[in-house]
Amino acid sequence: MVQGLSGLASASSLFLVASGLTVIFGVTRIVNFAHGSLYMMGAYLSWTLVTALPRGHLGFWGGVLVAALIVGVIGVLIEVLLLRRIYKAPELFQLLGTFGVVLIVQDVALMIWGPQDLLGPRAPGLRGAVEILGVRFPLYELFLIAVGPVVLGLLWLLFHRTRWGTTVRAATADREMVGALGVNQRMLFTTVFFLGSVLAGLGGALQLPRESVNLQMDLAIIAEAFVVVVIGGLGSLPGAFLAALLLGQLQAFGILIFPKITLVLAFLVMAVVLVVRPHGLLGRPPASAHAAHVVEPPYPPATPLARNLGFAALALAVLVPPFMGEFALIVFTEIAIMVLFAASLHFIMGPGGMASFGHAAYFGLGAYGAALLAKHFAAPMELGLFAAPLMAGFAGVVFGWFCVRLSGVYAAMLTLAFAQIAWSTAFQWVEITGGDNGILGVWPSAWAQPKLVYYYMALVLCVGVTLLLRRAIFAPFGYALRAGRDSPLRAEAIGMDGFRIRWVAFILAAIAAGIAGGLFAYAKGSVFPTYMAIPRSVDALLMVLLGGVQTVSGPIVGALAYTWIHEQLMRSFDLWRLFLGSVIVALVLFFPQGLVGAAQRLTERRK
Amino acid sequence: MSASDRARAGVPPSTEAVNRPRQDMTLLVEDIHKSFGGVQAVAGVSLSVGAGELLALIGPNGAGKSTCFNMLNGQLKPDRGRIVLKGQDIAGLPPRRIWRLGVGRTFQITATFASMSVLENVQMALLSHAHRLFDIWNPVTREDPARAMALLERVGMAAQAQRPCGVLAYGDLKRVELAIALANDPALLLMDEPTAGMAPSERVALMELTANIARNSGIAVLFTEHDMEVVFAHADRILVLDRGRPIAEGLPAEVRADPRVREVYLGTGATHGIA
Amino acid sequence: MTIALPRRAALLGAAATLAAPAVHAQEGPIRIGEINSYSAQPAFLTPYRNAWMMAQDEVNAAGGINGRRIETVFRDDGGRPEDAVRHAGELVNNERVALLSGGFLSNVGLAVADFANQNRRLYVASEPLTDALVWARGNRFTFRLRPSTYMQCAMLVEEAAKLPARRWATVAPNYEYGQSAVRWFKELLTRAKPDVQFVAEQFPALGRIDAGATVQALAGANPEAIFNVTFGADLTNFVRQGSTRGLFERRSVVSLLTGEPEYLDPLGDEAPEGWIVTGYPWEELNTEGHTRFRENYRRRFNTHPRLGSVVAYDTVSAIVAMLRKSGGTGTDAMIEAMRGLTFPTAFGEAEVEFRAIDHQSTLGAYIGRTALRRGRGVMVDWRYADGRNYLPTDEVVRTLRPQG
Repeated sequence: MVQGLSGLASASSLFLVASGLTVIFGVTRIVNFAHGSLYMMGAYLSWTLVTALPRGHLGFWGGVLVAALIVGVIGVLIEVLLLRRIYKAPELFQLLGTFGVVLIVQDVALMIWGPQDLLGPRAPGLRGAVEILGVRFPLYELFLIAVGPVVLGLLWLLFHRTRWGTTVRAATADREMVGALGVNQRMLFTTVFFLGSVLAGLGGALQLPRESVNLQMDLAIIAEAFVVVVIGGLGSLPGAFLAALLLGQLQAFGILIFPKITLVLAFLVMAVVLVVRPHGLLGRPPASAHAAHVVEPPYPPATPLARNLGFAALALAVLVPPFMGEFALIVFTEIAIMVLFAASLHFIMGPGGMASFGHAAYFGLGAYGAALLAKHFAAPMELGLFAAPLMAGFAGVVFGWFCVRLSGVYAAMLTLAFAQIAWSTAFQWVEITGGDNGILGVWPSAWAQPKLVYYYMALVLCVGVTLLLRRAIFAPFGYALRAGRDSPLRAEAIGMDGFRIRWVAFILAAIAAGIAGGLFAYAKGSVFPTYMAIPRSVDALLMVLLGGVQTVSGPIVGALAYTWIHEQLMRSFDLWRLFLGSVIVALVLFFPQGLVGAAQRLTERRK
Repeated sequence: MSASDRARAGVPPSTEAVNRPRQDMTLLVEDIHKSFGGVQAVAGVSLSVGAGELLALIGPNGAGKSTCFNMLNGQLKPDRGRIVLKGQDIAGLPPRRIWRLGVGRTFQITATFASMSVLENVQMALLSHAHRLFDIWNPVTREDPARAMALLERVGMAAQAQRPCGVLAYGDLKRVELAIALANDPALLLMDEPTAGMAPSERVALMELTANIARNSGIAVLFTEHDMEVVFAHADRILVLDRGRPIAEGLPAEVRADPRVREVYLGTGATHGIA
Repeated sequence: MTIALPRRAALLGAAATLAAPAVHAQEGPIRIGEINSYSAQPAFLTPYRNAWMMAQDEVNAAGGINGRRIETVFRDDGGRPEDAVRHAGELVNNERVALLSGGFLSNVGLAVADFANQNRRLYVASEPLTDALVWARGNRFTFRLRPSTYMQCAMLVEEAAKLPARRWATVAPNYEYGQSAVRWFKELLTRAKPDVQFVAEQFPALGRIDAGATVQALAGANPEAIFNVTFGADLTNFVRQGSTRGLFERRSVVSLLTGEPEYLDPLGDEAPEGWIVTGYPWEELNTEGHTRFRENYRRRFNTHPRLGSVVAYDTVSAIVAMLRKSGGTGTDAMIEAMRGLTFPTAFGEAEVEFRAIDHQSTLGAYIGRTALRRGRGVMVDWRYADGRNYLPTDEVVRTLRPQG
């Protein structure tokens, strides 16, 4: 009983954050990665205000509300300065920009508030506890339990009793409607962003009496908030509320039976919900399935210039390394592997139109496929590299079968759920996988030990498989994949089995990622669960988006650029996240079609 | 009971109007029904189309034309009734299987692959027909374009073969769709509002083209249409639906003269005149 | 608190080092490659890095090592072992460091240790606590400074066994450190007191504890005592929910690391009282060596040292002592010097030794009880637990560590 109450309090907090996210997504269709950062800023700002203001009700509650409002203004700034300029960019591209914001906020918060966790004061009047069924229960938790439904009620009134709210609902149901209604779309998006950010800030500020404020809050909340939004159904407030309740309760009672389930519970629930209900609990399928689609540009064959550039780059990659130091070889090897990893994600994301938030699963499973053979059967590298794509491909067969039935963000989140399940398996199954301490001693066979030899082997495999994927994109299969993306209706009407085509594409992408993962394992000499953790999936997404998802060469250029920039900044600057974030934001603003997309436009204009 | 309801109750079974031998028909539909949550969208429609024949399916909004159409093309499964294509029951098969049995389709709102050229759009249909979609090796650009070009030639789009579909004028897209629909040598063409969204001059041109191709190649054509001018100018026969039931069937002249048809159209305040 | 500014101004400079490995003359400074999760674990590692710089400056001001200065190249692994391995490659191949050091997370430490083994380089692991680092996966090239999970558990078990409590519950973050701490605690306590019973265990995800539910679940099992392994943000949230809900009333709590200022300070006036903890009583520890260390640190950084500061300072001290002993930077010579090396600790206690048998140092920790003084948590009734007294016998160690 009291366990249930504890679950309710957590659910309320989660709902506040998720409600802002779902409102923003519903109207703008932006996957706002920075939502967790807004939440964290809410917590930090309220800490500053509450500790600075005089103690008492006014100081505390005033501080909380003002912090939420400031976060709302920060949200508006992000919208006006960054996102507004890239609404026309390809789907999910905004994710790249918001990720840049996440990085910037992390370092800025560190600079302002320092590295130590901050514990805020308790809420005046709600410090103590009440006795419920003989168990003491904090008053503040009771207050939080009430906050969730109250906010839901207020939002309901806002959306159903005001003209603005009606517009928001119309826009959520059908984006095309907004233009038709003659609504000022800019104003609508900005105000929605304000509301969403205030909710995030409020969610963070209200944690103050409950939890310490720390620099990990942003990433700790964001995945869970997305899970809630997706389980509830994108854009659905009651859905988010229901999902938060469900998760809060399952969490509260789940740990009584399986104390170790905390790692993966939310993702397990999401996987089950999405398999059973592809649009979440209360979500509806998008109103306009094909008519309102963004028109994807064609894939022109490589121009002579691009072709020559490609050959020149390849020639450099082959000819220069013998004259470089060992470390340069390590970096080059890593870049080659990342090129293949990005290309494999692009294969399903570009021509297939299926984003994946969990592509690292196949990369990591490839690495584990090789490492497990090496550890338990002392298999040589040659065998390990053969096992890598097999293991990843097998996962692709199983996970893909579920994922390719879904569309859009739902499909992407299901891939994330599976990736997290794979990750937690590697993390928890200590006897087999070594848990988070990983598997060590995965070194190449003697002949491939020299860094130069290994580099050439990696180069041949990575470039080879990348070119194979490219070839497939220009072959009937790649066309069929694009056909299913452009017009599922027409594809089906000329005899294409869209499910099977996407499934096979998913498996091929998994196999390619697995090869990259296997090579990565032997390059590093060890394998860890981090290989399939969310940050690596995000890396892959960033590389594809940065290069340009709508181009065939995009992922290659994106992987080169991202790996290079990341490596350089991380090595050279203490505040590398601030720099990397700023670079990403700048690239997003100046190249909204990605690097290759921008280059293509430039050459087209020259013609 | 309103006057129109009484009239509808007295409708004779529409198939009696057909006087060709039924087994020769390319498409034979017998008594199909479909309801959505208790609402009868289609209740007992039967029809048939022969090779080289154009049958128009008309009726006011909500008459059940689209539901009917979607049962024929496989997007909906009929609650009961038979749909027989060249002697084989296809009711409930998915659209892609129906296509493989020789049914080409065009859509009310054109559906083509926007990121591909006109030629590639047609080539996709040909590749699918040849079961070559899982080929991951041979570049599409090196395919022999002759057959696809011939199809484009037939619909008058050969000159625009290299343009991306994403930038075509709407009328041209309709022609591309026709070329795609013809790619697997269909026995039957299903055309949902083939001239919707087109300029009047284009409408006539497209339907003439369709009629010519159908008659020359012996393709049966079933189409729905709002534009009565198009219907009466090009259909060999017409089937009129109202509230899910057939109320008249016959030659254009017979249907035009049918008082119930007039009543339905005038009674619902349809904008397109019937005369 | 200061945050070091970018050391290298231009990207181009970094690019240049990538293309052409720098060659340093033998007479140049001795370079140390220090890899740590600076951006991911700033609370521990900012004071760590401060003290590192302080120690290095002191050594250099005193004339360095046989006239050679020491120099440190810092790298941030962001909490990812694979990035740490890449940095290790760069440090060894490009920066020409003589040895590697650092590591906060256990998996990072293990990854670098394996790299060191493969590339035949010395690695002085400062912080990673996992037992595997020197035992199950120990290797010739890796040495570890901090008392391991096993050692700190053994220190706490000694106190826990004196408690009357029979019914125990445990709460630990769900990763290797938390799991093995709980495993050792159970095993050692059961050995010391066979009639104890473990009635509940909770494993919240690291950094994402659902404190209310966890506290309630523990309370539901009604234990007489609790063994806590959570730290950082999880700990503060656990303590706050636990005290409001009365979880700690009439119950003993034995808690790993909670006496470290990194984790005790943020709790402010809500720090729990009477917990038996391992930690660092920086304020009351007035040995000669420590007083000097504390005042120097305070003068330079305008704040008190944290445990991370001691770990960094001692790591540098150990490396310096080793370099003085080895007389060169050849890996074999340095390893020979490390084995059995003794060096002073900033705690000001007896000299610490890097054991030849398993490359674990005998650095100890402080055991005491938490209390509130002037509105913040401190350790009282503390004593120094010398690490050498909390290690298994040599025979047992030989079975734990691959020999040869």
